[in-house]
Amino acid sequence: MTVKSKHVRIKGIKDGLIFLLDDKCPFEDLLSELRYKLEHSHQNILTGPIVHVDIKLGNRPVTEEDKEAVLEILKGQGNLLIRSIEALPVPGSEDNDALYLMSGILRSGQVLHHDGNLLYLGDVNPGGTITCSGDIYILGSLRGMAHAGVDGNEEAIIAASLMSPTQLRIADIISRPPDEWETRESSMEFAYLTNGAMQIDKIHNLVKVRQDLNVFKGV
Amino acid sequence: MGEAIVVTSGKGGVGKTTTTANIGTALALQGKKVCLVDTDIGLRNLDVVMGLENRIIYDLVDVAEGRCRLNQALVKDKRFDELYMLPAAQTKDKTSVTPEQVKDIILELKKEYEYILIDCPAGIEHGFRNAIAGADKAIVVTTPEHAAVRDADRIIGLLEQSHVESPKLVVNRIRPGLVKSGDMLDIEDILQVLNIDLIGIVPDDELVIKAANSGEPTVMNPDSSAAIAYRNIARRILGDAVPLMQLDRKPGAFKKFKKFFGMA
Repeated sequence: MTVKSKHVRIKGIKDGLIFLLDDKCPFEDLLSELRYKLEHSHQNILTGPIVHVDIKLGNRPVTEEDKEAVLEILKGQGNLLIRSIEALPVPGSEDNDALYLMSGILRSGQVLHHDGNLLYLGDVNPGGTITCSGDIYILGSLRGMAHAGVDGNEEAIIAASLMSPTQLRIADIISRPPDEWETRESSMEFAYLTNGAMQIDKIHNLVKVRQDLNVFKGV
Repeated sequence: MGEAIVVTSGKGGVGKTTTTANIGTALALQGKKVCLVDTDIGLRNLDVVMGLENRIIYDLVDVAEGRCRLNQALVKDKRFDELYMLPAAQTKDKTSVTPEQVKDIILELKKEYEYILIDCPAGIEHGFRNAIAGADKAIVVTTPEHAAVRDADRIIGLLEQSHVESPKLVVNRIRPGLVKSGDMLDIEDILQVLNIDLIGIVPDDELVIKAANSGEPTVMNPDSSAAIAYRNIARRILGDAVPLMQLDRKPGAFKKFKKFFGMA
């Protein structure tokens, strides 16, 4: 058993202790080092008044059993009162379900690909292609090609305020809607303020108003 | 310092050269100092439309390769003192000049002229990159056809990625009768897809063909409806607020009658 490893760091704060547990090492090493520190090297913190303890597991993906195992070791020590035990969410695990926001005009010959779900504020013109591993939501006119669930997800959907695509694809299913040039008026608009006055404009002009958006400029 | 405007379209045959010649001439009519630059190397047309073919001595490639000075290659228009043209070479191809060389030439011209109109070749390859290299602004020409609108959209996408300022649209060769019957795309349809500012609409006019063949820009002929449209575009470039032309205006019965007898 190694004593020098620094998988477990104990920090004192105003009203207690924080146990920072490394999130890279094997979980077993973590447990044994924790046990060793409490039973041998850090005996001094266990004597004295009751101490509040926060446990931080970092970015390690942990199950309830894992948390239980950590708690088990600490519970054995009489004066440690466990206040919280937390693990930060692993980046990416949640993002897959989140909508990614983009704006602009996807023009002929341009391709936009996104891994995950995409909310596109603007038009997809004929000859433009939008592909997504998840769902595609278009606030604007879809006149080009949209391909949702490119990796084979048949549950994916394509939504558009004005649905007039040259072609639609979901997973490996291809559909070709009746060929017709758009005749309906695009009705989706957005409201914004200019000098305190309410303005209404078509959604594709959002970029001109909201410079802070992620604007697609073509590939 | 002048302003360089590239006239482009993606698709061929929609009227880039005609538009360049006519807007350029219209600006000269307004008393501006104008230079037209043909970047369609190997397929030059601007000189023919302007009726200046027989005055060409040097060309764009000669200037780029240092065989002559820029001033030696400029052809002065036969109608206006302040209108010049820099012809393209007919015997070379697009790759015989680089975008940097064109940019340098345009920069040089901007010192001397108020407006430089660059006639762009069709396509999105080397010739297109040459043409936009020195441009500050762009005019995208399209016709009311799906194919032309599709290509214009592609070009606008490429322009938006470049340094060129927000392009303006000219819808060329509109036939009001066909638009009315629903057999031709109308302006609203086109604008909805392209979503850029419209700077002019030009009706289809047989006089344009006649004028191009005689080397006399249409804009010189006050009877031509296209001429008025081009003059309006030139005025909008100069910053005037000119309302769009009413297209469904039919010539009166009397005028038709006079035309029939060759009086108008």
